[in-house]
Amino acid sequence: MLLLVLSLLLATPVVVVISSVFFPAGDIWAHLFDTVLTRYVRNSLLLMAGVSVGVLTLGIFPAWLVTVYRFPGSKVLEWALLLPLAIPAYIIAYTYTGMLDVAGPLQSNLREAFGWRYGDYWFPEIRSLGGAIAMLSLVFYPYVYLLARAAFTEQSGSVMEAARSLGCTKRSAFLRVALPLARPAIVVGLSIALMETLADYGTVQYFGLSTFTTGIYRTWNGLGSSVGAAQLSALLLGFVFILLSLEAWSRQQSQFFNTGARNRPSDPGTLQGLSLCLAYAVCVLPVLFGFIVPFLQLLFWASITYDTILTSDFAGYLVNSVTLAALTASAALGLALFIAYGKRAFPSKVSSVSARLVGLGYALPGTVVAIGVLVPFAWFDNRLSEFMIANFNYNTGLLLSGTVFILIFAYLVRFLPIALNTVDAGLAKIRPSMDEAGRSMGLGPAALLRRVHIPIMRGSLATALLLVFVDVLKELPATLLLRPFNFNTLAIRTFELANEERLADAAGPALAIVLASLIPVILLSRTLRQAGEAPSSLPQASLPSDENR
Amino acid sequence: MSLATCAALIAAGCVSAAEVNVYSARSEELIKPALDRFSEETGIEVNLITESADALIRRIELEGSNSPADVLLTVDAGRLFRAKEAGILAPLESEILTQRIPAAYRDPDNQWFGLSLRSRVIMFDKSRVSADEITSYEDLADPKWKGEICIRSSGNIYNQSLLASLIEHLGEEATEAWAKGLVANLARRPQGGDRDQIRAAVAGQCKLAVSNTYYLAGMLNSSVAADVDVAKQVGVIWPNQADRGAHMNVSGAGMIKTAKNPNEAQQLIEFLSDDYAQQWYAEVNNEYSVRADIPVSATLQGFGSFKADQLNLEALGKNNEAAVRLADRAGWQ
Repeated sequence: MLLLVLSLLLATPVVVVISSVFFPAGDIWAHLFDTVLTRYVRNSLLLMAGVSVGVLTLGIFPAWLVTVYRFPGSKVLEWALLLPLAIPAYIIAYTYTGMLDVAGPLQSNLREAFGWRYGDYWFPEIRSLGGAIAMLSLVFYPYVYLLARAAFTEQSGSVMEAARSLGCTKRSAFLRVALPLARPAIVVGLSIALMETLADYGTVQYFGLSTFTTGIYRTWNGLGSSVGAAQLSALLLGFVFILLSLEAWSRQQSQFFNTGARNRPSDPGTLQGLSLCLAYAVCVLPVLFGFIVPFLQLLFWASITYDTILTSDFAGYLVNSVTLAALTASAALGLALFIAYGKRAFPSKVSSVSARLVGLGYALPGTVVAIGVLVPFAWFDNRLSEFMIANFNYNTGLLLSGTVFILIFAYLVRFLPIALNTVDAGLAKIRPSMDEAGRSMGLGPAALLRRVHIPIMRGSLATALLLVFVDVLKELPATLLLRPFNFNTLAIRTFELANEERLADAAGPALAIVLASLIPVILLSRTLRQAGEAPSSLPQASLPSDENR
Repeated sequence: MSLATCAALIAAGCVSAAEVNVYSARSEELIKPALDRFSEETGIEVNLITESADALIRRIELEGSNSPADVLLTVDAGRLFRAKEAGILAPLESEILTQRIPAAYRDPDNQWFGLSLRSRVIMFDKSRVSADEITSYEDLADPKWKGEICIRSSGNIYNQSLLASLIEHLGEEATEAWAKGLVANLARRPQGGDRDQIRAAVAGQCKLAVSNTYYLAGMLNSSVAADVDVAKQVGVIWPNQADRGAHMNVSGAGMIKTAKNPNEAQQLIEFLSDDYAQQWYAEVNNEYSVRADIPVSATLQGFGSFKADQLNLEALGKNNEAAVRLADRAGWQ
């Protein structure tokens, strides 16, 4: 019951958005159909298609190489490939535009060196659909990488050996055995990346691309129709729902189990010559372009403005950001454990439907989610205040709105799905016979959790904790709208300066976000290696669907 | 609030300090120093949150009568108008404000007041264009500039306000024709911010860029050498000097209807219009004062003097939706 209430509570923002379809929006839709809607849909679809190709390419191949082969540096690459996760999407867009734009140093120097003028030479336009695809792929591929690597590691070595003994080369074993086995995990990673893509506003707005997301803002801010904007959001949700249902269906279609105990492939292969060079290219390029290059650019900008960055306020932003991230990550983990156990004990149709609704919030632009959170909270606060005044002549005012509480709630709406699916997956791997064995030795439920389950799921739990931590550090729109007075974070500071096109000034706080995220990312990869655990424990932030496991 | 003020207040026996709550669409960097100064002068504590104006207006609406907001600050007149339409502002009868601020830059019902001025002007690459080649916004649609104009997206509020002012002066039909002409003249799909348009002009991608005045001024004073270099190569054209004058916009303030601290709110808005604050606006962000008696910053003096459009800025808000629809129809992304 408590479980149900909790899930429904977390699903309210999405319900608020969906309920907008029952309100009249005037002739907004006629206008949108006649003018811009086709473009919004086309650009969003192209963006998603492009990012799909990008994240799959950048994610799967390095995951395969670092899992199956050993070469100098492969251990470092194993975690370094996660680093782009630490860079907010709009920040990478700003850094590359700063370098590659027509007025940037690269093109300026080319013009100077060869005496060219603009138009004399061809240069790819960074602020384009292609550019946006590249930017988003570079920061979102780690989701696919994380899941793919997990799946590859989990695959029993004996399966691969069987494949080899049946005459497969390593390459054909990859294509015909490993890849199909890993497909469910990869699709989950892809769906996370695509939801992030749909929710992205900063990059597409800066690049001047009209997508569904920018359309939602334009309808709200420009056309002044919040109902129209909410209805556009509802349409987006419908689309995401179809996407996720397809994903769930595909998982159902391809269910594989490793029958034997998991063991590492007996012979981590080695690579030589051309293959080694290729392997380096495949594994190093994503890190180079997804992390090192933008990091260096930020460092360069920060070096120009360092004296204005390290003010006394800066420490405050850092503390606020890290505290919020840590609080939310812990809350998300606790709730995820609670819900996952609840579902294990009392499976019900309603809780699974509400869990699906919660999951949808991940694809909405953050501001839409934030307003969806504010609507029920403000309503509750005002009703409570009326009641208290009428009965006790005491005004409670806005008890919850405008506090850190509502902020953390909004984060949970956005990011709990990641934690939940991660924990769910970890839990699903624990056989009921383990519980029975524990109980037969006299362990109560709490002791069972502490002494049996948590040690087994350590990797999953760390993943959930750290993914939510990093996501909250980067989060902007909900923080902007829902924070209390005089409360600032690194992400807000970065955004406000970048929004005024003061990139050099924005570099300092941006760098702090990256550095603060770096620590958990490294910790995550170490924990995963120590736990030797796995892979499927990684986030399945899509539709949690019990029936598939 | 500084420690000294705190101590002074406690010494004065004023334990629970007076306060005022500000919802600001102006970024923290560009408002907090002035608010701090206000606290120092008056002992009134200022609580601040920043966010886009539309989100703040929505938040105030949802918070209802319990909203803590006393003052709303925005960076354009259109949003102040929208706040008034939403019914969240209260009229403020202040002789100080009505005397200091010209009628064009405040609400006819005194629900909002412009506090700093900026103009949206045409900038040109001095090496390839001479200052007399273009004289008005209307000229931007002249086919002779085909492929030579850089301007950001019409999703940006400053472009929406420019369109809204044109709708008021020329009518909707003529403005739509103008927007189509402008789109046909664009050097590239609209992208980036105002500074990006200026940079693109100097890089040779276009000859003309449309930008707010303070962006160019900000580049001239930038800590990034390349920006200063670019900005020096650009000239400013004040449009429509022979007729109605250059399009103006304000950043401004209004008091919230449900304000719990109306006196402090009024004090704050009056403070923001006084000599000190007006000079601060001019110096820190290179904006023009709404008052004629305040000197413009040294950087802005370099742009020359100009005739400003006297249109009451309420029109920018009224025509905003029509402007966006028109831009959609004209294909201005």
